[in-house]
Order: sequence, then structure tokens, then C-alpha cells
Amino acid sequence: MNEMLRFDRRAFLVGAAAASGGFSLGFSTTGAAAADATPEVNAWVVVKPNDTVVIRIARSEMGQGSLTGLAQMVAEELECDWSKVTWEYPTPGQNTARKRIWGNYNSTGSQSIRQSQDYVRKGGAAAREMLIQAAANTWKVPAAECSAANSIITHQKSGRKTSFGKVAAAAAKLEPPKDVVLKDPKDWKLIGKGVKRLDTYDKLIGKQIYSIDLRLPGMLIATIKDCPVNGGKLTSFDADKVKGMRGVKAVLRVSDSSVAVVADTFWNAKTALDALPMVWDMGENAKVSSASIADMLKEGLSAEQTYIGNRQGDAAGAIAGAAKKVEAVYSFPYQHHVTMEPMNATARYTPEKCEVWCPTQNGEGALAAVAEASGLPVSQCDVYKVHLGGGFGRRGRTDYVTQAVRIAKQMPGTPVKLIWTREEDMAHCAYHPVTQCKLTAGLDADGKITGLQMRISGQSILASLLPQALQNGMDPIVFQGLTPSSPEGHLGYDIPNLLIDHAMRNTHILAGFWRGVNLNQNALYLESFIDELAKEAGQDPLEFRRKMLKPKHRAVLDAAAAKANYGNAPKGIFQGVAQIMGYGSYVAAVADVSVSDGGQLKIHRIVGATDCGYAVNPAQIERQIAGSFVYGLSASLYGEITIKDGAVEQQNLDSYTLMRIDEMPRVESVIVPSGGFWGGVGEPTIAVAAPAVLNGIARATGKRIRDMPLVKHSLKNT
Amino acid sequence: MARLTVNGKSYTADVDPDTPLLWVLRDSLGLTGTKYGCGVAQCGACTVHIDGEAMRSCSIPVNMAEGKKVTTIEGLAVKGVLTKVQKAWLDNEVPQCGYCQSGMIMAVTALLKEKPQPTDADIDATLTNICRCGTYQQVREAIHAAAKA
Ligand code: FES
Ligand code: FES
Repeated sequence: MNEMLRFDRRAFLVGAAAASGGFSLGFSTTGAAAADATPEVNAWVVVKPNDTVVIRIARSEMGQGSLTGLAQMVAEELECDWSKVTWEYPTPGQNTARKRIWGNYNSTGSQSIRQSQDYVRKGGAAAREMLIQAAANTWKVPAAECSAANSIITHQKSGRKTSFGKVAAAAAKLEPPKDVVLKDPKDWKLIGKGVKRLDTYDKLIGKQIYSIDLRLPGMLIATIKDCPVNGGKLTSFDADKVKGMRGVKAVLRVSDSSVAVVADTFWNAKTALDALPMVWDMGENAKVSSASIADMLKEGLSAEQTYIGNRQGDAAGAIAGAAKKVEAVYSFPYQHHVTMEPMNATARYTPEKCEVWCPTQNGEGALAAVAEASGLPVSQCDVYKVHLGGGFGRRGRTDYVTQAVRIAKQMPGTPVKLIWTREEDMAHCAYHPVTQCKLTAGLDADGKITGLQMRISGQSILASLLPQALQNGMDPIVFQGLTPSSPEGHLGYDIPNLLIDHAMRNTHILAGFWRGVNLNQNALYLESFIDELAKEAGQDPLEFRRKMLKPKHRAVLDAAAAKANYGNAPKGIFQGVAQIMGYGSYVAAVADVSVSDGGQLKIHRIVGATDCGYAVNPAQIERQIAGSFVYGLSASLYGEITIKDGAVEQQNLDSYTLMRIDEMPRVESVIVPSGGFWGGVGEPTIAVAAPAVLNGIARATGKRIRDMPLVKHSLKNT
Repeated sequence: MARLTVNGKSYTADVDPDTPLLWVLRDSLGLTGTKYGCGVAQCGACTVHIDGEAMRSCSIPVNMAEGKKVTTIEGLAVKGVLTKVQKAWLDNEVPQCGYCQSGMIMAVTALLKEKPQPTDADIDATLTNICRCGTYQQVREAIHAAAKA
């Protein structure tokens, strides 16, 4: 059996007791505090004497529903009564102490389910075997004569029955099985069911504690201002001017570019920070603007030096010799995540221990940040994950955790909750990267693509956040959705001559992982251009695609087209299609749009099809599809972060428009899991939202929008 | 010193009179169900009822709420019995992260009081709360379900 079933139970109980500081303070930082004395059956499962099953969840819940999906997978193998299931987060510190028994905590890249499905199911299966063995031992019968269902263990021959809760304590003392056999997917009872989420009720009555809601005895609240221009410095600030203000406890330098005010309440902290005189040295980056960035990217479109992401045959030669040559340039601006809950973290530092409560998508990264900022060894630090008010990739970063610790370290013993204003959040994100793309293709006399070139010019996320992950200078993530074979996104088209390359052009604006990441603009570029080519070839865009698509890509596009009744739209409604593959899943969309003579766009309906291999919770997948369309459409309709004098211009949601309910199209989802692989569902659909709509608009108006967002363009019939 | 009636209870809070009601609720009274999203009346996460009307508490100075009846998300369900809006939210599994949903539920509760059978157009015209997770489709379905209940 793998590493995870070998552990020291006592060590965990000690750890759990130490971590229960949060619980004794009168609230639970997790769904269900199993921090009582109940021993675990194994790392994934605790069964209380009253038969409550506590399933441990390592990944973060931020709305995407994977908490419930992961619990379903453990419960499927455990054979427990689903109505008795609750959950808790083991802390990253416990994970470290137990040699990463819960594996990876990262909750980015739509990976929570697909990357842990194997070991969480095995965890459930192993716990079931141990519970059965414990019952068999009491009855003195072979375990093979017993079976488990619905938290009840039955000895078939004698008809004797007992419950999980009754044998859990004995099971906890048994050696875990060496190996377990997982169920055949056809025997699944819980995986594949749209069971209700485990975390809804408290969200309806104002009881769900998000990180920003956390309260600790004696806690103070801080808010921070970092230099508006990344790379600039805070030369000085005049703390004396605000020290006497209401509620102010401290004015603290946090880094060479930031200062925080600590007060009794957020409002008092913010009022004082707003009044604090600060002198900035904005530095060289203050010369950068959106226009200067666009010029730099434009130069990259014809640069000689590039990184090659996908090359087949001789694209340049094929295009040169083609009957028809088509070329277009597209661009996609910076985007902001806007998690509804702004960045925040609560830290308590003593020379012996540093603890942080935070809404992180990256528990282990947060723990490392706490250790680094506190100067304490990891074993003296811990992170308590608190429900996230959205993540979208933003909370994979730990900048706000570091800040909270630096503040708390200056006030030993006092818990300090750092809350960013929305203004601070707008100014200090790692934004969806900015890129431009030049696409060139050749068509033969029959309208077949003979060669395709895609030159992407723009920013690399890895260069911004993880330069150590660059491969000989190249950022492979740039090519998401366009690679020859990566499961994170490969090209669906068979095109004989192909060259896709990247001219990396970085700026001081941090680029980060924004839900959907590079699949978003790559799908927009590719799928818009494919429609342009279909038009040049005089072919229907669906048929044009179908002839070139690999089978799985084609099947999901067909599923979307069938659901959308493609080709039979009512008069005045125009259908746009798009497909892409990413995060292990195949997705497609058909958007039904109309544009009035006055230029008013209406998206009547959007059909989204997904082949994610196995669909763990179809009800949640539907919600991820609908939510992905909102995220993708919001960006394509309005989303744009612009830079002036080196700083982000948009300061709050009055200057960064997000889609509201009045623009929400009806979403119909088609889930077509073809089995044999595990794909993610939180992100890929975002990428097909914009191209499907843009392709619909082009058919409705004849106008091809290549420069995002849409709000910059008039769709008026001229 | 601000005197407030929130969810039928009287409170006093030692705050400046121009402190936004939102922060008095959250930091002084410990009613954290009402959320901060923007502070500039854009997102609706902070929506509460003041004398029955949906208001964005981030942009209401506390002194304007004095002498009025403030209801927050914590005050909707009485003795654990969900309102029909909350029930519809539960049945339709509206929340994803849930952070916007306190405000969403407060806004919808006020909308249904005004218009017990809202059309889609009524919903579009009235409900301007932002949900970044994109639950709008479930919100719409749940509003219609609550209207029927
Ligand atoms: S916080 Fe009040 S409207 Fe956004
Ligand atoms: S449910 Fe997450 S913002 Fe609405």
C-alpha cells in the first residue's frame, strides 16, 4: 500500500489537540471539528461512536464544490451512509508532520478531484476494509464473509449486523491493508450522483465563517497600502499624524514598499491609513503604460527569437504555396480575479509559534510563507484554512499571508487580522497576462487548411511568479490548449503544417494564474480564427471544424451542437461555436446571439458540453459550467485592467465592470463523460465562452472583433 | 455612541457617527453575515434591510440607521425556520462560495415583498448584486421557486 496508509496515529492526535486552539475559542475553522478524542480509522476517515463520518479534505473549497466531490469519492469506497457525512480540513502543518499523508493541498488548475481521485478513493476503501475486519474480529469470522453498506457491516451467513461507529475504535488499532481494490466505475453508487453539497446551509443564514469574518479574543484589525507601482518604494510615512486617531494601535512598516495601520476595527484602521501621509518613490516602472505595453507586444509579433510550443511540417512553406492566405491579429488584456471576499489573513505570532487563519488555495505554500515571514521553523507554524469567498487562482499566491505575519510579528501575542480594501486588491493582483496573437493560415483550393502559424507575443506567468519553473527560458504554460499532447491542453485539430510560438514580453505588472489561465486567450484566438477561415473557405464553421478535429474534441462539439439544435436557430438569432481541450477535459459551446440595428448584443442562450471522463457530481458540474460562462463572458464583455504611470487604473468595481444577472444568458449544459480519464471542470468552459459569442456576433453582423473587451467596440449596423 | 436596533435587539456601539453601518455590524456587533465586497455600493454583498428596504450598508453612515429597524441575514430565519427565499436557495443549491449570497438573499427578499411574482424583466431591472462565482442562473430559478412557494 502506498505511503499514505503508513503513519503514526498518536502523532496526529497530538497535532489535532494542538490545533484545536481554534475550536476552544468558540468556533470551528472547519466544517466539523473531530478534534475530540475519536481516533481516526485512517488519515481520511474518522467515524464517531454516533456513526457520524468525518471525511478529511486536503483541497480548499472556494465555491467549486470539490469538497463535496472529494467526500463522495471517499464515501463511495467507504460504503458509509452519505447522510452522516461531514468533513474537516487537516492543517498543512499536520500534513507536514505526517510526511504529506494527505498529499498535495493545491486547489488550482481544476486539479482537486482529478489529481487526488486515486488516493482518496483508496483511503476510503482501506478504511472500509479496516472497519469490516474489526467487525469480523468481534464476531470471530473471516472478514471475507462480511460486507459493508450504508455504514452497516453485515455477516451474511449469520445475518449479524453492526455499525461503523461501533467498531471504529477497534478498527483504528488495526494494521491498514497492504492493498485495496477499487470499485469498477459501473458499480459506483455515489460517484456520478448530483448529491447536495455539504456546505450550503450556513451560507444561507449568515453563519458560514469566511476568513474575513474570523474573530479571536484580543484581535486587532489591520489594513495595508503597498506602493501603487510594483517595484516602487515607500520612502517614508508620518505615523505621528495618525497615531492619535480613533482606535489606532500601531502604524507599521510591512516591507520596503508598504505600511499598515493596526486598529480596533477595520473602519478605524482604514480611516487612519487614508489620512497617513506617505512619500513614494514610484521608480522606473512609472514610465510604463498600456500603450507602451501594447507597442512592446506588437514588436513581438514579428520578432525573430521565439520559444516554439508546437511545430509540425513546414508551416511557412505551406502558407506561401497556398491558394489563399489569411492573416489576423488579436489581443487580450489584463484581467483581475475579483474574488468577492478581498484578500485577508489573521496571524498570531509568539516567539514559539506562528499561526495563520486564511482563505488560501495553497495551504502548503501558505505554511511555507508563514515560516519564512516569521523566521520560525515549519514545525512551529501552522495554517488554518477558512472558507474562501472565491479563489479563481488569486489565492494560490501568499503575498497577503506574508504581510499578515510581518504585521503580527511586530505585535507578539496579539492576533491581527489584515484585511485589504477592494482598492488595494485591485492594485495588487497578479493579473491574467496580456498577450497579442498573429494568426496566419493558408487554404487550398478546396478550402482546406494547408498550414497555420500562431505567434503569441506577451507576458509569461511563470516568469512573473515561478521563474524557477521556466524550461530553458521557455514558459510551456503559454501554449495551454495548443500543445501536441499535454493533458493540460492539447490542440484538437489535425493540421499538417503548424508553427505555434511565443515571443516572451514581460512587464513589471505581475502576471498570475487567473481562472482558466492561458487556455482563455488561446481558445479565443484559435477558435475565432478558425471561424474566419471557415468563412474564407465558404464553409459552415461547425462542418469546417468537424473535418479537422480529433475524435474526442469532435464528439463534445457534436454534443453541444445537437443540444443547441445547431443550424436551426430562429430568425434573427445567430449561432457561434467553439471548442477546446484543457485541464484534462474536452469542452465546447454554442452561443445563440442577436445584435439589434442599434448594436445591442443579446446572448439568448449558451450551450456548454463537457467530457471530463468521469463526472463525479453532475449537479456541481452544471454549476461550474454556468459559472464559467459568467466568468468568461464578464471578461470578454467588460474585463480590462489598464496601466497608467506604471499603476493599475481601475480602483474599485465602479471602474471594473462585472457581469450581472440582467446579462446572464440561459445556460444549458451537456455532460458527456466518456470514461477512462479524469478531467477538471472548474475552468475549461471559460475558454469557449468568448469565442462562441464572438463567432455568433460575426455571423450576426459581419463584424469580427479581435481586440478585447467587447465594450470597446460598436456593434451598430453601419 | 450609536444606538441601533438590529434583528429586533438593541445595541450600542462606540463608533464615529459616520462609520458605515456595515463595519458597525461586523466589527462592533459581531454580525459577520453581512459582507464587505467593495465599499462603494457596487456589489451588494453588504445588503441589509432598513425599515424593510434593501440598502447597501457599506454606504450608509451608522447614524442614518439609528432609530430604524435594521435586519441582517442573521435575522431572517426565526428559530431556525428558513424563510421561503432561504428555503428556495437551499433547494436550488444556489451558493457556490456563498460570499455574495447574504446580500443576494436580502435583496431578493425585499424584491419579493415589493413584487411577489416577479418576471425575469423585474429581476433583471432590480437585482444588481454581483456574484463572481456566477450563480445567476440558480438565483433566477430560486427566485421563481420562492415566488411560487
Ligand atoms: S460592499 Fe457594499 S455594495 Fe459592495
Ligand atoms: S457564490 Fe461566490 S460570489 Fe456568489
